[in-house]
Amino acid sequence: MTGTDSLPISIAGITKRYGEVYALDHVDLEVRSGEFLTLLGPSGSGKTTLLMALAGFTRPDSGSIRFGDREIVLTPPHRRDVGMVFQNYALFPHMSVAGNVGYPLRLRKVAKAEIAARVGQALETVKLAGYGERRVDQLSGGQKQRVALARAIVFRPRILLMDEPLSALDKQLREHMQIELRQLHERLGMTTVYVTHDQREALTMSDRIAVINHGRLMQLDAPRRIYDRPANRFVADFIGESTFLDVERDGDTVRFGGRGLDIAWMPEGDGAVQLLIRPERLALLTGDAPDGMNRFEGRVQAIVYQGDTALAYVALADGPEVALRAGTRTGTAFDRLSRGDTVTLGLHRDDAVLVPVDGAGER
Amino acid sequence: MRWLDRPAGDTQITHRQRLWLYALAGIIMLLLVAPTIIVIPMSFSASQYLEFPPRDWSLRWYEHYLGEPEWLAATATSLKAGLLTMLVATPIGTMAAYGLHVSGHWLARWLFILLITPMMVPVILIAIGVFYAFVQLRMVNTLFGLVVAHTILALPLVLIVVGAALKSYDFNQEMAARSLGASRLKAFLTVTLPQIRFSVVTAALLAFLTSFDEVIVAMFVSGGDNSTLTRNMFNSLRDQIDPTIASISTIMIVVSSTALVLAQLFGRSKS
Amino acid sequence: MIAVEHAAADTAPNADELHRQSDRERWAMLGLASPAVLTVLVIMVLPVGWLFYLSFIGESGGFSLENYGRMLESKAYGRIFWTTFEVSFLTTGICILLGYPLAYFLAQLPRRAAALCMLTVLLPFWTSLLVRTYAWLVLLQRKGLVNTWAIDLGLWDEPVALVHNMTGTLIGMVHIMLPFLVLPLYGAMKAISGDYVRAAANLGAGPTAAFWGVFFPLSLPGLFAGALIVFVLCLGFFVTPAVLGGGKVIMVSMQITNNIELFFNWGAASALGVVLLAITLGILLAASRLLRLDAVLGGGH
Repeated sequence: MTGTDSLPISIAGITKRYGEVYALDHVDLEVRSGEFLTLLGPSGSGKTTLLMALAGFTRPDSGSIRFGDREIVLTPPHRRDVGMVFQNYALFPHMSVAGNVGYPLRLRKVAKAEIAARVGQALETVKLAGYGERRVDQLSGGQKQRVALARAIVFRPRILLMDEPLSALDKQLREHMQIELRQLHERLGMTTVYVTHDQREALTMSDRIAVINHGRLMQLDAPRRIYDRPANRFVADFIGESTFLDVERDGDTVRFGGRGLDIAWMPEGDGAVQLLIRPERLALLTGDAPDGMNRFEGRVQAIVYQGDTALAYVALADGPEVALRAGTRTGTAFDRLSRGDTVTLGLHRDDAVLVPVDGAGER
Repeated sequence: MRWLDRPAGDTQITHRQRLWLYALAGIIMLLLVAPTIIVIPMSFSASQYLEFPPRDWSLRWYEHYLGEPEWLAATATSLKAGLLTMLVATPIGTMAAYGLHVSGHWLARWLFILLITPMMVPVILIAIGVFYAFVQLRMVNTLFGLVVAHTILALPLVLIVVGAALKSYDFNQEMAARSLGASRLKAFLTVTLPQIRFSVVTAALLAFLTSFDEVIVAMFVSGGDNSTLTRNMFNSLRDQIDPTIASISTIMIVVSSTALVLAQLFGRSKS
Repeated sequence: MIAVEHAAADTAPNADELHRQSDRERWAMLGLASPAVLTVLVIMVLPVGWLFYLSFIGESGGFSLENYGRMLESKAYGRIFWTTFEVSFLTTGICILLGYPLAYFLAQLPRRAAALCMLTVLLPFWTSLLVRTYAWLVLLQRKGLVNTWAIDLGLWDEPVALVHNMTGTLIGMVHIMLPFLVLPLYGAMKAISGDYVRAAANLGAGPTAAFWGVFFPLSLPGLFAGALIVFVLCLGFFVTPAVLGGGKVIMVSMQITNNIELFFNWGAASALGVVLLAITLGILLAASRLLRLDAVLGGGH
């Protein structure tokens, strides 16, 4: 299959309430044409509700959704012309694979010969050529996923919605499929909105990530910026591992343990901030420290071996405990660490991220 | 016989210790089926007193049944009523079950209870109520009236059976179908119905049986030309033990068992 | 053209139309049930409601409680209610005594054996009750099978009157009602996790103690549900007592029929019907507070 057209999505003021609870709270979001956008958040955050609103299965209380120029929030789901892949595949067990994939084409009254050709193409695209006659219950999880995908793209929709499609697969297969999905997206080019609670998955696959919590958009950014420059405490906490240190703020300077910190980037606003430390960004300093490093003294409390990496819990001289994660390569200074050692940790100024304390800030 | 000393349950009680339970259960099961089964050979007994085992075998009671135009007419009426009830109650019951299941309106629960009521209320009440209504509407002794009354009695069963199927059905499939371009109706017809069809068939068979076996309402509401088999049987039972009824009973047992076996077969092949 | 005008008066764009669509959809789905609902309302609810009204109309044609009054005064009516409750209680009791062991036995069987044995419960369940009643009529008559075999086995010398009396009625009723008790009870028993009994055994309870202390209490809701169904069905039952009772066992339902067929006394029949309905609904209501009826109904086949 060659690339298809794609449409941008414009979400404005979408609100959905269930009694007192806001599942979606005045969400504004622009999805660029052809991009792979992930809605990321914990369960109950509203990400699935938002996806369902895009698909038309959940009717918002108010708001506007546009696909390109067309206002579709009042359009029933079967007229929205979007492809959708469900978490549990939702394949039709009473039809063969070809029957499933051809279903949307039959609905659109496409000629039989053309249906066969396009079904074949779609199956090839998802690497299931020749599986047409199989029954659905004979397929493995991964294969079912591909059939669901083929069925969703065979009618060349310009928008593709995916609701945690990989969560039922085991780890290895999931990681493999993530890459395949990404490649498929690059080949086909349709606007894709992807829902997941797995932050690693979001970071791997997305052009941009929309972090959602309590029905509100927390941050919308490219993966790198979400990770390195989280807009608030929730995003910082939800993505990657994190430890937060209380620091004193005085205008544009920040102090910890009485000493000033070397920070490359200050967040907006004037409020109180915390220092975000990611375990893998800490360095074990031996000898002279290079420029731009913030130094922390501490004592090793415990070391947890986790195979490819290990975590060292270090109690800082100036207070709380932080975790340091590094590879378990033999012969390094980290490798030789043991409980009770005194260490000096370094945090590069670019990795010293400040995060506003009131976590609900929106961007 | 070593199995007798093997554990029969989680508490390690042995089969031997449970023999009394097996015996008791066996007797009860026998008593449950025996009367029904025994009627069958008894119907072939030549004697007026329907012996078991029959001393002389004979088809006279069957001949008597087949020779009597009244019995045949009544059978035809019962079959017609049963089929029509099945054809009416199944679609409107299935529609109701589906609509109430997906509606999400608070009224749905109450309507469901309303439709189930005929099963919870003593049939005699429904019978006199329906009879009264039909007297006013001049529908007594009509096939139409009988079918309407039986439909009311069959609806609860249809709702429960189809309702149960809908509860365990994965509605994501209907959503998938709709996302692919099918309207609600089309999605139901092409995706949902094929998958609950075994339950629908079961419900249809149960609707048939409900009508075919029904006595009390038929007693009030069917009569004259449109008298049902069960009504005639009941009237004749009140007078004396007519052995012809044994042959009719056998036929009815065969009909019921066939319907039951069909329903079980359908139900099992689904899973 | 994509500039969406947030400001202006549109603080909740599309809200009205969305709300309208949502309502329309819910009503449309409810509407699917309308043929069924209409039929039940017109042919059942309305007439029964009318009968309710009729029960308050006396001989003269005006409002009167005489129908109910007669019920309270007449000894015949008293006897009828007594008989009805007597039959219902006895039938329910015997069903419990026979049905519980059977359900327990079935619940212990592996799935295929259980399905097979379940046929012995389902087959009578789906056989016409008229046929079953007739079968007992034939079996219990003076020259019938039971008497003949009993005399042959030396159990008694003269044919015993087993039918056209309370005995025959009870035998027939129990046979008809037993599946109604066994089926929900079986379902409830299967739902009891084996872990409970295992835990009891692990803690030192012997088989008998584990049963009475753990399994039996857990099975009580199912037993209660089954017994309730049986009792309520017995209250309104007609065919079996009419045939097997031989005129000596008169239950409320039979009296209602007589009132209409023989006396054309709609008022009296309605009053009786209303009382029967009230008792039935009262029992069901009381029980539904103690038990989730929809768990029993929604279990499916």
